Amino acid sequence: MLEVKDLHVTVEDKAILKGLNLTVQPGEVHAIMGPNGAGKSTLSAVIAGKDGYEVTQGSILFEGQDVLEMEIEERARAGLLLGFQYPIEIPGVKNIYLLKAALNAAREARGEGEIPAPEFMKLVREKSAEMQMDPSFLQRAVNEGFSGGEKKRNEILQMLVLQPKLAMLDEIDSGLDIDAMKVVAKGVNSLRSADRAILLVTHYQRLLNHIEPDRVHVLVDGRIVKSGDKSLALELEARGYDWVLEESVA
Amino acid sequence: MASEEMEQLVRREYKQGFVTDIESETVPPGLDESVIAFISQKKGEPEWMLEWRLEAYRQWLKMTPPSWAHLDYPPIDYQAISYFSAPKKPEDRPQSLDEVDPKLLETYEKLGIPLHERAALAGVAVDAVFDSVSVTTTFKEKLFEAGVIFCSISEAIRDYPELVRQYLGTVVPRSDNYFAALNSAVFTDGSFVYVPEGVTCPMELSTYFRINAANTGQFERTLIVCDNKAQVSYLEGCTAPQRDENQLHAAVVELVALEDAYIKYSTVQNWYPGDEEGKGGIYNFVTKRGDCRGDRSRISWTQVETGSAITWKYPSCMLRGKESIGEFYSVAVTNGRQQADTGTKMIHIGEGTRSTIVAKGIAAGRSDQSYRGLVKIGPRAKGARNYTQCDSLLIGDQCGAHTFPYQEIGNSSATVEHEATTSKIADDQLFYCRARGIDEEDAVSMIVNGFCKDVFQELPMEFAVEAEALLNVTLEGSVG
Repeated sequence: MLEVKDLHVTVEDKAILKGLNLTVQPGEVHAIMGPNGAGKSTLSAVIAGKDGYEVTQGSILFEGQDVLEMEIEERARAGLLLGFQYPIEIPGVKNIYLLKAALNAAREARGEGEIPAPEFMKLVREKSAEMQMDPSFLQRAVNEGFSGGEKKRNEILQMLVLQPKLAMLDEIDSGLDIDAMKVVAKGVNSLRSADRAILLVTHYQRLLNHIEPDRVHVLVDGRIVKSGDKSLALELEARGYDWVLEESVA
Repeated sequence: MASEEMEQLVRREYKQGFVTDIESETVPPGLDESVIAFISQKKGEPEWMLEWRLEAYRQWLKMTPPSWAHLDYPPIDYQAISYFSAPKKPEDRPQSLDEVDPKLLETYEKLGIPLHERAALAGVAVDAVFDSVSVTTTFKEKLFEAGVIFCSISEAIRDYPELVRQYLGTVVPRSDNYFAALNSAVFTDGSFVYVPEGVTCPMELSTYFRINAANTGQFERTLIVCDNKAQVSYLEGCTAPQRDENQLHAAVVELVALEDAYIKYSTVQNWYPGDEEGKGGIYNFVTKRGDCRGDRSRISWTQVETGSAITWKYPSCMLRGKESIGEFYSVAVTNGRQQADTGTKMIHIGEGTRSTIVAKGIAAGRSDQSYRGLVKIGPRAKGARNYTQCDSLLIGDQCGAHTFPYQEIGNSSATVEHEATTSKIADDQLFYCRARGIDEEDAVSMIVNGFCKDVFQELPMEFAVEAEALLNVTLEGSVG
């Protein structure tokens, strides 16, 4: 589904990713872990198409399409969705309005018509209940005045409504207390399905107690230096990152 | 872009509008007392009106154009303007929409303007406007039953001279400013509204309905009087781009609210802004002022300004009556080479007066805009309150936004609050929307509309929907 090959990325002439390889199949949950500054967030930002990242080498294919040739919105409509570490506030724009515009944009790209209003309302109510969000959140301006936990739940709500093929969640656990994390994890787990993949970018193992990954990758200094199953995450938790680094240098 | 010829045709023809019964004589360009006498005579005005105009003219001669605004334009040659021009004959106008600039039609399409109105707006000589004539008729009957007077200012001078004489120039004196003096001397068109005591006007009054009765002129004069406990909502302008061969527009609007009266004045202005280099756009120098003369009266200005090459406009409120209320809600959008210097004045004179100012400025392209606002609290205005919020949003990095707030507080019991922000349309907001699959232009319009929400919700419902569409069209292509 997603194939990242020999990806080199620079930000303001500084090399961040230096030959990253990653393959994700439908149905899989991958966790990208690593120390601060290793390039974890860069990976998901580049896949989503954020400005300021220059790909100097390598390729990203999503279902056979060259992602780097696609506009930001085309990537999203194709089913590549990024959940933000720091969701953005948009004053005056209702949350529900953004959701509807995003959903209809994706439907239009698939050649479907706009979603009928009653169907949309039903869908959104159902999904917000799943995220334990009061319906009043839908009428508030996007992320404006939301607490950290509310913003993260809102990101997952968008995923539940938009049903991406590949959900990339950037540090979705940062700033969450344990209860909020459980709600977020429950939402993410409900996204799991045989035809959908999830890419979790996280610093801590904690999240992976709630969302069990199929594959864990350790990203250090712009490369994936070690991959394994969920037990790797536990090992990282116990021993830190230094040993992986030493092993990879050796 | 369609051929320049066509565009000129559209512009040249538009001004003539749809009025067929005015005199077909023209005075040569230039202004002196004989021209004013000619205008007054053509309008069939009484002697006092002519005297009033001449006095304005004599004062104008002693004045100089204002230079304090943050605007840059070449000096205007007032002797090169024709102050009374005859309408074009119908056969000289475009005969069908096929002859009209397709780009203009495309814009009408985007704004969702009904077909027959498109023809009217583009100055096509067809009888499609008959539809609105029937609308106008029913509408006039309804107003007549309620006792509301709504007619052109020229008719009012003829038919209701006492009312006009009592109020004209009492809010904006002839010598108020250079453009007001000029307008007082030469105005030829505009609206007059009188709502009698205790009457709530049964419908929103719109110049739109009047489009066939009197075309918006170069020097428009509007006078609205709300008697005790009366209310009216007046809608000026229309969202479709209006073209005009006259580059200079200097309108005066006077509002008078007596005891417990409420006047809501909403404007959507979309004059031709000029081409990409700013050539050919309208200069809009407007004096708008409301006088809250009676206790507990209220005047509310709501404006959405998107057109004109140059806008110079400060709808203001004189808060004389005790506990009277003044409000100003504004969205000003500039793109391309447009320049706007706009804002308001809230003059608190009476006790317990309150005012609210919410001004939103959006600058894109290479445009430049300023908010200029004065809050003045007089010594007798005990307990007066003002709240001002002015926010600017920049799109791109070649535009400019400036804020000039002035405060004169002559009373220690007053409360004056001012909040101001300037932000660039944030790349991260755009990215966030696009990363949800929303394309760039839709994302910009979503963010901008969100930014303007506080003002749009003050507009009458229909106008608000049109204003949103207008904003989107105005900002089209301003990013990326």
